Amino acid sequence: MELFKNTNFDFLGYKWPFIIASLVLTAAGFVSLGVKGGPKYGIEFKGGMLMTVKFASAPPVEQVRSVLTAALSSAPTVQTFESGSNELVIGTEGENDSALGKNRQLVIDALAKTFGQPGNGKLDLNNVGSGALASRLLDPLQRAGVQMAQPEVEKLAASVMQYRDEHGGLLTKIDDLKSLPGLTQKVLTVLNQESYLSPYTATRNIEIVGPKVGADLRQQAINATLLALLGMLVYIWFRFEWIYGVGAVLAVFHDTLITIGIFSLMDKEITLTVIASLLTLVGYSMNDTIVIFDRIRENLQLNRKEKLEDVINRSVNQTLSRTIMTSGLTFLAVLSLFLFGGPVLHGFSLALVIGIIIGTYSSVFVASPLVLFWHNWADGRKKTASAGAPKSVATKAK
Amino acid sequence: MQQNLKIKTAAIIAIVLICIFGIIGFPKSVDGLKANVQRNIHLGLDLKGGSHLVLQVQVQDAAKTTADQLIEALREDTRTRNIAVGGFDRNDPDQLKDTDTIAVNIHGVDQGKTQLFRNLIAEKYSEWILTPVNGSDYRLNMKPSTLLDLKRNTVTQSLETIDRRVNALGLTEPTVQAHGDAATQSEILVELPGVDDPARVKDLIGATAQLKIVEVKNEGPWKTREEALAGKGGILPLNTELREFMSAGSSGGWYLISRSPVITGQDMRSAKPAADPDSPGRWEAAFTLSQDGARRFEKFTAANIGNKLAVVLDAQIRSVATIQNAISDSGRINGLAGQQEAEDLALVLKTGALPAGIKYLQERTIGPSLGVDSIREGILSGIVGLIAVIIVMLIYYKKSGLNAVLALLLNTVVLIAALAYFGATLTLPGIAGIILTVGMAVDSNVLIFERIREELRTGKSIPAAVDAGFGKAWWTIVDTHVTTIVSCLFLFLFGTGPVRGFAVTLVIGLLANVFTAVFVSKVIFDWELSGGKRVEALSI
Repeated sequence: MELFKNTNFDFLGYKWPFIIASLVLTAAGFVSLGVKGGPKYGIEFKGGMLMTVKFASAPPVEQVRSVLTAALSSAPTVQTFESGSNELVIGTEGENDSALGKNRQLVIDALAKTFGQPGNGKLDLNNVGSGALASRLLDPLQRAGVQMAQPEVEKLAASVMQYRDEHGGLLTKIDDLKSLPGLTQKVLTVLNQESYLSPYTATRNIEIVGPKVGADLRQQAINATLLALLGMLVYIWFRFEWIYGVGAVLAVFHDTLITIGIFSLMDKEITLTVIASLLTLVGYSMNDTIVIFDRIRENLQLNRKEKLEDVINRSVNQTLSRTIMTSGLTFLAVLSLFLFGGPVLHGFSLALVIGIIIGTYSSVFVASPLVLFWHNWADGRKKTASAGAPKSVATKAK
Repeated sequence: MQQNLKIKTAAIIAIVLICIFGIIGFPKSVDGLKANVQRNIHLGLDLKGGSHLVLQVQVQDAAKTTADQLIEALREDTRTRNIAVGGFDRNDPDQLKDTDTIAVNIHGVDQGKTQLFRNLIAEKYSEWILTPVNGSDYRLNMKPSTLLDLKRNTVTQSLETIDRRVNALGLTEPTVQAHGDAATQSEILVELPGVDDPARVKDLIGATAQLKIVEVKNEGPWKTREEALAGKGGILPLNTELREFMSAGSSGGWYLISRSPVITGQDMRSAKPAADPDSPGRWEAAFTLSQDGARRFEKFTAANIGNKLAVVLDAQIRSVATIQNAISDSGRINGLAGQQEAEDLALVLKTGALPAGIKYLQERTIGPSLGVDSIREGILSGIVGLIAVIIVMLIYYKKSGLNAVLALLLNTVVLIAALAYFGATLTLPGIAGIILTVGMAVDSNVLIFERIREELRTGKSIPAAVDAGFGKAWWTIVDTHVTTIVSCLFLFLFGTGPVRGFAVTLVIGLLANVFTAVFVSKVIFDWELSGGKRVEALSI
């Protein structure tokens, strides 16, 4: 099967609509960034505390917000994690590390007070570790006449916790545990008498980052990326011409800027995983650009008389089939990640979905025109400079 | 030609076998297979759940302790050498970055004994620099090299203590390591896979518990500190201090105790929690002493029968007992509220004290249930994506597509095996690296196939077109790969944890890709074309 055989589109003829689209997207991103005061950084880059709380049914967002606002000194952010997942993400800020640590305890206590039953003297199975469960069960099991040594009780507690974690981290009925080995009716009775299930769990995800560390991490990630871009520029300069390096790096920079801009427009956070996907996108877009540049170089060597614009057009056409295939296939893989990868991979795959579309067209409509513009400009200058000179002097072409 | 091809094929098969062995070992059953894979492929905390803590050792605490010890020693030495001194004090650096400013001030040194004083410092305290402030006042600053040693030792000691405490938790594969440059950063990274109560672990790691057993002076106890001071006429005897006796949250009065301990936390051999036999419902931590500690303890108790001893923990007296007869090697701290408190205290006693306080800079705890979800969804989406790519490749490139799919699968196998052999950890950013690798692996094959098609269109014979296709695509592949590897180099050198993980995975993947997409793919084509008879058509 072949879809693009001997195509002959005048890509460079259509460059303006795309360049304008790029400029508009970039401008929109900048405006959004300007209005919102920079990118919306995730907790790891700005410092703060983040806690994921999962409820057994649709979470009472407003109630959680009002309870926590009363408990904390500054108002927390409370957001639903993903529609239909029953999860809430609670974020607080704090000026230093110990304040953040305190916030965590305040949130946990406030949640327990509102949604759990801390007064009933029982252990909340949805918010407890296996160690605490084992030491809680040890004596009651003995009193109930269950002959289990301490290691066996610990193993039992661990298997209860494992069952809970494999079932979304939240149990709704203690009787659900019946299928576990060693959980006899007697044990179940003891469990029912010693523990209860609150309708939420706060053990899924907690992040605490000191504000200074966040700023450091952010700076380090930016520095590393800029240096990596510089490294690529130098290599491409060495293999091609400096303007190719500049064109490729500017195109990649353009992709990253637009992606960050779109994230700002969509009010999505830049987290560590999004940084990883931005790096992926840089690599991907660079790869795409180099394939076209390679072809331009090859065609220039074959035919030195042809106009650069025609050479670029021909090169883009020759690599079109490959560009569409590779982008299409990569897009498929990333789309699958976006659709089925779950909430943890959500920001990551979203950046890639956006980035692959932009990265593909930027190779054709940003990187290549940049090379062309520069050559036209340099040629024009050469012509005016050598207007009175003998013609043979100014014919050196690359 | 044929011979050459066989050698290449054998090499490829050998490499594949080595890689597969690296991932699954020699499994004897399905469960064994699972266990082997889990053992060989290390998942990062973001995928399997656990706590990631970055903490900072407050080295200035150790500097202050050292300054206090210097003051004690100077006080003693100036007295024995008859140098009259008005007083000593030190500054109080509060932040880690101010550690270097640590200084001891000496006021009112007898002007007639200046030379003697200088000699004393030069002789016994050469690690300090003496600066005269005026005729009778001096300042002592720590030498830069001493300061550097102090920082390094403090961080190393903290690291060892935290390591012991973490290991005592009985987790599988915890990590405790220095983070950043020890001399300037003094940070420690702690990774605890599968921990389900991070708040308690954090308290446990950070506990500064300092234990000592000291002699109680035969006076008091007093109800309040003020009363005690008044009873002593406002001045405490040399080398003594006042401490409050706390038992289960209530005060048991103030005692005058010796500052020099008979036994410290370092003499502990073991400690364990136990129910308090004297008061039902309460707990205690019972400890035993090391041989050396026991010897000293026995000697002291034998000489002080009838006197009192106090167990002091973190500047609070936890128990006071009268010495009935010589005790050699054990003791207990009672009046604890619950089993957990007793367990935690026993652990801290066993593992010794931290030389300085610590501060948490960062915590990331991924609950195990989220980890389980992440892995399941990650694998599902990966497989769906891979199958989609394979189907499109097979439709678009027919039999040659199969070739590409083989190369792609092989690439993934080599990459994962390399991670297993290097003992590298697979994290979410690492998966990003794998996705880019797969993208570039597909790209290499697409490049080659499109080139072969172009060459076929110009009317070349099939073997010539295949050779030309590989030959011309080769330099493009080199350029794209080297560019990305160069960028990874910078990411690795200047990036931190997650960025580095991405770079490492990507470099391994790209190197594997040059092998699979170019070398293996070419060998498969060569087999197809080497049947001896002329190949009429290439399925591409």
